[in-house]
Amino acid sequence: MATSTATIRVPTAAEQAAILLRPPRSLWSNAWYKLRHDRLTMLAFGVLILFALLSAGADLFSQNIFHYTFEKQDLLNTYQKPTLDPPAFLLGSDEIGRSQVVRLLYGGRVSLMVGFVAALVNLTVGVAVGVTAGYMRGRVDDLFTWFVTTLNSIPTIFLLLIFAAIWEPGPGQLTVVIGLLFWTGISLFCRGQTFALREREFVIAAKTIGARDARIMFRHILPNILPLIFVLAAIDIGAIILTESALSYLGLGILPPTPSWGNLLTNATTYFVRAWWLVVSPGVMIFLTVLCLYLIGDGLRDALDPRLKAES
Amino acid sequence: MSVTTNITPPKDEFIQRTRSTATADSGKNLLTVQALKMHFPLTQGIIFQRQVGAVRAVDGIDFYVERGETLGLVGESGCGKSTTGRAILQLYKPTSGSVKFDGTELTTLPGEKMRRMRRRMQMIFQDPYASLNPRMTVGNIIGEPLEVHNLAKGRAKTERVQELLKIVGLNPYFTNRYPHEFSGGQRQRIGVARALAVEPDFIVADEPISALDVSIQAQVINLLEELQDRFKLTYLFIAHDLSVVRHISDRVAVMYLGKIVELADRIDLYEHPLHPYSQALLSAVPIPDPQVEQKRKRIILTGDVPSPVNPPSGCRFHTRCWKAQAICSEVDPEFIEHAPRHWAACHFPGA
Repeated sequence: MATSTATIRVPTAAEQAAILLRPPRSLWSNAWYKLRHDRLTMLAFGVLILFALLSAGADLFSQNIFHYTFEKQDLLNTYQKPTLDPPAFLLGSDEIGRSQVVRLLYGGRVSLMVGFVAALVNLTVGVAVGVTAGYMRGRVDDLFTWFVTTLNSIPTIFLLLIFAAIWEPGPGQLTVVIGLLFWTGISLFCRGQTFALREREFVIAAKTIGARDARIMFRHILPNILPLIFVLAAIDIGAIILTESALSYLGLGILPPTPSWGNLLTNATTYFVRAWWLVVSPGVMIFLTVLCLYLIGDGLRDALDPRLKAES
Repeated sequence: MSVTTNITPPKDEFIQRTRSTATADSGKNLLTVQALKMHFPLTQGIIFQRQVGAVRAVDGIDFYVERGETLGLVGESGCGKSTTGRAILQLYKPTSGSVKFDGTELTTLPGEKMRRMRRRMQMIFQDPYASLNPRMTVGNIIGEPLEVHNLAKGRAKTERVQELLKIVGLNPYFTNRYPHEFSGGQRQRIGVARALAVEPDFIVADEPISALDVSIQAQVINLLEELQDRFKLTYLFIAHDLSVVRHISDRVAVMYLGKIVELADRIDLYEHPLHPYSQALLSAVPIPDPQVEQKRKRIILTGDVPSPVNPPSGCRFHTRCWKAQAICSEVDPEFIEHAPRHWAACHFPGA
């Protein structure tokens, strides 16, 4: 870095005394400080929270504002264009006259829940397994590589069909299945990063100090791959939301009439010429969610990099 | 280690035929290294890995370090100096041999005991840019050993960190800063403070000044010397700068291709090197006196350092030695005390 040779202004004695009394800072407290001052990231956080609140309050909104349930049909009003009268057709109606806006609210529940929970499972399993394998190497790593390669060599579609046959499809099952199947990419990535990091001198220095393996993994290796993990997580959640809609075709996951952003989007493509608004609304929601996740991932990455100063 | 034979090396009045003298324990030794070997296996195959050879980074070395002294370890790049340092601290598991630290055998010490033993032996690294975690504040870096060994917590830890910063000549208000905000010399001081945090007896300084500006090198050297006096430290000082080693060391060991070829008191080694390799190495040091410098005769070695995967037979230096005879390619010379406290591994030592 070009900043490495920058000279540091030595504060006056009074300033120094004040500085010495400050509580010790850490990567996390600094990151939080920087995040709070990063408007774009905070905006993205806000949008995601708004989406989550809208979905969580779907019952409330549909009863009190739209007076419509998500499975209610109105065959006299199919393919309605977006209109304020009645409010239920705010975003139009679909091929059997259901309210698009209400279905979108309920769809958010499934999509956000599946996306976030499954990604959390993916990340937890993937990071834990990948870092451990990369750090331990030897037998542990051989076993890991064997398992992941085997899992990856079975076409996912067959695995999912097997799951669909064994379990009753539903959002919960879907989350578990996606969570337990899609961690391999993340874990391979973490393993590779750990391989490189464990040979770095600061990790050897930690060993010389007498740090235990767990400490080295949590304090030295993890913080150095975390920024990349955030970016991966953002990609992961977006991919899961779309995967969920593909899985509905197989009878695994969300079955009609329960809506999800994914199946709203895939259903609507059939009627694209007659009712383009049915495609646009779930598409925009998925797009905004993924965009916000990228922005947050990016913001977190910057916040966790001590070399980047917060703009004051 | 060496091949036992009946061939008698040239007579010398001081010769003692026992190799173990280089590691004789006079009670003053803090560290004793015997027949230490560190081989890195070269493997082939994906599932069934078979060993096709080994990099013999360190191939049987004997030496001791006395309490409170500085032993300089010099040699070309790739001769196994750093590996020796790391093998002593058990950062690599030595292939064979013994490392005794203050009477405790380290090579067989179980994990948890070794971990606690690390409190007494520390390391200063070559690259101050790579040896500090970029995502930790200086306070956390220096405080970590205190946490690991449960030496101080909370307020006491903060104060101890500030004290350590003062000891190494840094302003204590730097605790909340990150490594990238410092210059190379300052970072190396942070590395020194981290090593000092646990109040060790022994420090392996692995080329601690090689990565620094010449103007900063002297500062760090002076700091290390000052700390040695103040805290009664023992150093294994690894370097390739011969004038620095001459300045800081009490005794010097010269390494070539995984072996120590000569070990002697500093002045003895610099004035009367016995091994041809040491002679060649020392002849390359410039003398800061123009008249003497003009008369300085350099011994230029031909060829390159052979591969440690397949070292030459007999004496490892025979491929580049101007004194080499038939015996040199057949018999590995023993590491013998040719003069009091002056060991060398050569069939034809001396001028």
